[in-house]
Order: sequence, then structure tokens, then C-alpha cells
Amino acid sequence: MQPVIPRRDPAPSRVAYRLNRLWLTPLFRALLRTGLPVFCVLFGAGWYLADQDRRDDLGLAVADLRRSIEERPEFMVKLMAIDGGSAEVAEDIREVLPMDFPISSFDLNLEEMRATVAELDAVASADLRIRPGGVLQIAIKERVPAIVWRGRDGLELLDALGHRVSPLGARAERADLPLIAGDGADRHVAQAMELLAAARPIEHRLRGLVRMGGRRWDVVLNRNQRILLPEQDPVRALLRVIALNQAEDMLDRDLIAIDMRNRDRPTIRMAPQAVQELRHIKTIEAGASNE
Amino acid sequence: MTDLYQSQRAMRRMRRQAMDRGVVAILDVGTSKIACLVLRFDGADRFRDAEGIGAMAGQSSFRVIGAATTRSRGVRFGEIDAMGETERAIRTAVQAAQKMANVRVDHVIACLSGAQPRSYGLDGAIDLTETVVSEHDVAHVMASCDVPDFGEGREVLHAQPVNFALDHRSGLIDPRGQIGNRLAVDMHLLTVEADVVQNLLYCIKRCDLELAGLASSAYVSAISSLVEDEQELGAACIDMGGGSTGLSIFIKKHMIFSDSVRMGGDHVTQDISKGLQVSLATAERIKTFYGGVVATGMDDREMIEVGGDTGDYEHDRRTVSRAELIGIMRPRVEEILEELRVRLDAAGFEHLPSQQIVLTGGGSQIPGLDGLASRILGQQVRLGRPLRVQGLPQAATGAAFASSVGLCLFAAHPQDEWWDFDIPAERYPARSLKRAVKWFKDNW
Repeated sequence: MQPVIPRRDPAPSRVAYRLNRLWLTPLFRALLRTGLPVFCVLFGAGWYLADQDRRDDLGLAVADLRRSIEERPEFMVKLMAIDGGSAEVAEDIREVLPMDFPISSFDLNLEEMRATVAELDAVASADLRIRPGGVLQIAIKERVPAIVWRGRDGLELLDALGHRVSPLGARAERADLPLIAGDGADRHVAQAMELLAAARPIEHRLRGLVRMGGRRWDVVLNRNQRILLPEQDPVRALLRVIALNQAEDMLDRDLIAIDMRNRDRPTIRMAPQAVQELRHIKTIEAGASNE
Repeated sequence: MTDLYQSQRAMRRMRRQAMDRGVVAILDVGTSKIACLVLRFDGADRFRDAEGIGAMAGQSSFRVIGAATTRSRGVRFGEIDAMGETERAIRTAVQAAQKMANVRVDHVIACLSGAQPRSYGLDGAIDLTETVVSEHDVAHVMASCDVPDFGEGREVLHAQPVNFALDHRSGLIDPRGQIGNRLAVDMHLLTVEADVVQNLLYCIKRCDLELAGLASSAYVSAISSLVEDEQELGAACIDMGGGSTGLSIFIKKHMIFSDSVRMGGDHVTQDISKGLQVSLATAERIKTFYGGVVATGMDDREMIEVGGDTGDYEHDRRTVSRAELIGIMRPRVEEILEELRVRLDAAGFEHLPSQQIVLTGGGSQIPGLDGLASRILGQQVRLGRPLRVQGLPQAATGAAFASSVGLCLFAAHPQDEWWDFDIPAERYPARSLKRAVKWFKDNW
């Protein structure tokens, strides 16, 4: 006799049937296939990060990893090379960029450093880059002093654009540079340079330029002579004076000042002695004498 | 009548909804097997560009994407006998079909073969208020049919206008827009037992499905197995199922009569089982492998191992000749066919211009049946197989699937039924509203 095997009912149970139909529902299927994994991952991550210690640990681990990559020898900067600057400037740069080498190139903010270097008075422009081999290359262009300015705080060297280059101890240290003085003279260095260029014929007599009242220039010559220039178009006025000088040797005469402030009426002021002398001569010429 | 309207219209609405969603299931709850097909509707426009392919009565608009059959349980004579069993069998079929289609179906169109269908011919006539027939007039004339008293506990399954007549002209298919004075309609009404329908509805509902249509199995198998000119000229389709044999008569593409005989292939199996003293499963196997209805001399010599597992050698080694088997089967088949003959005669089948008889259904596959049937039913007998529809698996193309395929066609392209037309205005509560307005006008 064969054992009686109870035949399994091929029909799905009501629950199995319903689940099967649910599974064939597109929305449910999409939800289960994408929604559930996404939810699980987000929930897991959220649960893991809910704890402050774990968050800190994670942050630390990330920072460590970052550090270990940054501090690979390929990325380390070992020394700084400064091109195109004098020794003092280089010294100054090393002073304003305090760095203890070796340092990772990720820690260097070149743009900020460039700005810092360019802020130095003696530096016209700076160009920073990291050269292969771990060298921080700083190429600078120094400001060239073009003029000496005697301000209220003492002597200072200015470049052709009027930018401060460095203080100067004594005028004699840079006797080769022309001198300007007066408040606000440093803001009009360009005009001063023009005037100085125009005054080349009388260079041997030139002592310097003085900014008067913050608005116009006086040319100071030796023997206490002055040429008062107008606000407008001072170079032209100076050229006129030089032309007069070349024609009549005017400046060799006993004058105190040549006033060119009014263009239509140049005026000269003679020395008191000269005035007396002139008057004496005039009297003689007139044949009159009160002696 | 109004609640019938409502329920049938609700089903129509559901069917349209399912078509919009694109997926609908076909459920043929038979006595021997339960078949479930899943159809996908792509819309009729799919073949619009292809030359030479018309709408084909909606056949081109769907595709079978899932098919499953299971042995039916708890069904007798095409009626549900054990609800739980049937429900489980339906679940099995639906789940397998869903699995094949890989899509969930919510709407199902079902057919039922038993439930003692009864046909009624109705006629009605109205005088037209306007000379031109409008859709409203069509609804009106159908509403004017005097419905026979078909008894308590019966429900209308089909109510199809078969013929319209306008004045002296008869045989109109669509009278709308035509001019006349008197419109008459002939209608075919098919009623079934309400309890049987309720049971089926309950089973389907228990499977979380919504019914989107209900049809008589004899009607739908005729749709799939009768060719167009047979439907036009007059033919009877005999759907030989397991528990009942359906009969439907078509003319002018309309069903004019339907009936069923509560005998089928299962009775043949039972006869074999009793006659040969074997189990029903063995009897079924013997029937399908060796069955026949015409014995020849060869059949006396062909011995069939009956088998058995009692352990008794004599009992388990019995053999019968095929002639004996045929001798058991033939009387029952003859009985069924004679019963059908009676029904056909009662319906007046001999008056039809063409008397083609098409045998379909699983029972029609008995070898030699056409010869036997032509002796009993008439000369023009052929075996019918269902129309081929797109995507139908090879296993489901046999005659046994005639009603499943017919349901597909029914789903894609249903014929006009009574409830497809608007309810005549006087059935609406709008009339009482009108009366109220009139009362206001008169008394204010």
C-alpha cells in the first residue's frame, strides 16, 4: 500500500494572494524598491550621527585623513625664495610672512600672502607661486625712489607715483634725488616730476619744490630766490621764467621772488638793497640829489 | 427595471474604466476548468497606420498578456456549488495569469454557463413625435416593450435590440436619423437565475476583483467560433462544456435564442467511471485519450489498460476494449445531442435560412462527434475553434477556450444592449422637478 500523501492545495491563501497583488502594484513596488533602501540608508546615517561623540570621531577621522594627504612630502613647501628685491625688502617680507617651514601647500593662501607682501611700501608688485620641489617663489618688483619729500614727520623717499618707499635719515644720503616739501606734496609727485624735468636748465641752482598752501608750487632756488608758480599750468609758467632767464639772465640778478601766479602780470620782487640801489641810480640819472 | 439599468450601467462604466487603465481580466468559470486571461488594451490607434487593417471589431486593440487555467473545483452544471473551493480556484487562476502578465488586474469580465438561461422575444412600438428617429426615440421604444413576467429570482443578463422596424420597413439595424411615423423594435431578453449570479459575484468580490461585465457563455462562445457569415445568415453554436451544454442561435449578427442543457462532458466521465469501475480522474484520462463515439472493427482489438492502485493484481490489470468505452460514451453524447435537438426545434431553428450548426467547447473534441451530430441535428454541422486573438498562448487556442476568447471579443467590442441607451426622460426624477416648477407657475 502506498503511503497517502495529503495533496497540497495549489491555491494561494487569501493572504498570499493579496500580498501577490500588492507586490504587482506599481506604486508599491517602486516604493519598496527605491523608497525603502533610501529610507534605510538615511535612517541608519541619521541614527549613527545622532550621537555627539560619533560625530566628533567622524569629524576627527576625516580631518586626520585630510591631514595625512596634505602632509605628504609632495605637497610640502620647504623654503621661500625671494627674487628681485634688495636684502632689506627680503628681510621685511620674511618678517610679514612669518612661516615655519616645512608647511603644506594646502595651508598657504597665496592670494592673501600676495596681498600682504604687496602692502609693503617698498614693493610695487609681488608674484607668488609654489615651484616644484617645495619652494615658495616670491617674485617682487621694488619701488624705485624718485624723489625726497620733506614732510612734517621728516624725510621720506617717494617713487615717481608718489607712493612712499621708505623713510630717509638724512637728505645727504640721497643727494642725487630732488627734494620736495610742504603738506600734500606727496600727492602731487607726478606734477613735481614734470616741473623738475622742466627746470633742468636751472638745475644747478635748484634747491627744491615747495607745495604752498596745498594747492600750488614754489620753486626754491639758492640765494633765497623763489619762483611762485600758478595753480593752473605751472610747467608753462616755469618755462616762461626759464626762457626769460636764458634771454636776460634774470635769475642772476638780485631778485627775491618771481611771481607768476597771475599769468597776465608776472611780477618780480627785488631784494631791498637792490631797490635802494635802483632808486639811487634813478636819482643820479635824474640829476637830482638831495646831498 | 431601473435597478437593472443601474447595475448594468455600473458594469459598463467599470469596463470603460478598465479599458482606460489598459488592463482587464477575463474569467471563465466553467465546470471542468477555470480560465483567466489578462488583456492589455493599447487603444485602437495602434494599427491605424498599417494598411489593410481595419478596426476588426476591436480585435486589433487588445493583446493577451497573461493566461492561466486551473482545474475547476466546487462548480457543478456551470453553477457555483462550493463557494470556498471555487474562490480558491479563481484565486489560483488569477494569480497565475497575473504572474505571467506581471501586472495587477482589478477588473474582471466573467461569463457563466449554467444558471438556466431563458430567452424571451420582446417587441415594442411607439408613434414618433417627430418624423426623424433620434436616440431618445430608440430608448423610448425599447422602454415601451412589455416585459414578460419571468418570475421571481431571475435577472436579466442580456437585453439586445435585434431588429428595428420603421413603418412598413423591417430589418433595420440602426434606425437613427431615418424618417418615419412608427418605430417598432424586437428585443431578445435573456434571463438567468439571480442566485447563481450572486454567488459568482460574491466569489469574485472575495478575490478583491471588481466585475466589469457579465455575459452568457453560450453567447460569447458563439461570438468567437461562428464566422461572420454564419452569424449573419443564421447558425446555432453549441458549446459543449463540462457541466452544461450551451446553445445559442444567431441571425443577422444578433443572438435571438439561447438555452442550455444541464449535461456535459463531466456526465460522460461519470458514466465511464461508473461503467468501468474506475476513479473519476482515470475515467477522465481514458476519455480524453481513447474516447470516441463511432466504433469500428479496429476498436474491438484496441485494448485499454484501465489501471488502478488497489494492490489487487486482478483489479489493477483490467483492460477494456475501445469499443466498450465507445459503447459507454455514445449513449450519453446522443442524449445530450437529442436534448439539444429538442431545444432547437422549440426555438424554431428549422425556419432559419441557413441551418449551420457549430460545435465548440471542450466536449466537441470527442473524435467522431461531428458525424454523430450531423445525424441528430442536421446536415450542416462543423466543429468550431475560437478565433485567434493576439498573444493567446498555443495551449489556450483549443475549442475548450471558445468562451474565454469570446469574452475577450465581448470586452473589446460589446454589442449594444438596452442599457447602453439613455433612460427615457419620464423615468428621471426630472419630471417631478418639472411638475414642481409647473405648480409654482400655476399657483404663484
